[in-house]
Amino acid sequence: MKIKVFVTPKRNVLDPQGVAVGHALESLGLRGLRATRVGKVVELDVDAADTPQLRAQLDALCRDLLSNPVIEDYRYEVAGP
Amino acid sequence: MTGAAMNVAVVQFPGSNCDQDAFQLFAGGLGLPTRYVWHKETRLGDAGLVVLPGGFAYGDYLRCGAIARFSPVMGAVREHAQRGGLVLGICNGFQILCEAGLLPGALIRNSSLEYRCMTCELAVMDAGAAFNPGALGARIRLPIGHGEGNFRIDGPGRAGLEARRQVLLRYCDNPNGSLDDIAGVRNEAGNVFGMMPHPDRAFERFHPSRDGLGVARAILASGFPEFARRIA
Repeated sequence: MKIKVFVTPKRNVLDPQGVAVGHALESLGLRGLRATRVGKVVELDVDAADTPQLRAQLDALCRDLLSNPVIEDYRYEVAGP
Repeated sequence: MTGAAMNVAVVQFPGSNCDQDAFQLFAGGLGLPTRYVWHKETRLGDAGLVVLPGGFAYGDYLRCGAIARFSPVMGAVREHAQRGGLVLGICNGFQILCEAGLLPGALIRNSSLEYRCMTCELAVMDAGAAFNPGALGARIRLPIGHGEGNFRIDGPGRAGLEARRQVLLRYCDNPNGSLDDIAGVRNEAGNVFGMMPHPDRAFERFHPSRDGLGVARAILASGFPEFARRIA
């Protein structure tokens, strides 16, 4: 089972990296840019079934390790076997 | 605090690189019994102060401090802190303590995106009986060297820090975009301390200042009031 975890800076937290990348996008000609946020993707391949227990465990792992809830949000997508 | 002796344990993580500086501050600068504790250890013995030094533990992978907080030794550090034992995190050590939830807030990328290596002037805050401008002087100078020292906390957390006088130091000329110029904080109980500036790079005659000695003394005196009297 493939799991993709998306970690992004919280909306109300300054994202210096996003601001810098946004400036570069503008200098390359992108017009009308309102905001740029830079996060990360963590890809997992797990030999397990998609159960509520696994989702609960994933949520705990996302909160404890893969994201820092003080500054980041996470979400994940689970794709078939 | 009972049962703890006034000696110092400096934790070494893979990627710590200021462990020897911290060791020298307490062993050489203050003449205290000091030893290293490898991150795989699960006991801290009778340490009175545990120091998490600067560096790049686990390569700062994922986020600074995110992996180090799960090192075996961190269970013992947490228990030590919960018993009221003193803990000091310097730079990467501060990031680890925030990730571990032993200190509030988080440290993100400097707003300039630059690694900042310089000596900063810092305003000493009134953060307790031992850590205040009377003990340390109103302004001190300590070196910094970090790319992720931009302190962040949510609104209620920010108000709580101020109401409980948990801010230790503020930058006089903010080098990293840190919220409210915050350079260091303590926990609510007053036994866990974290700061981005390096007292461990400010105690020898050839260092930019020797103000690190006062910071180290103030932290020790927070847990061992007799230490303050001994050096008075």
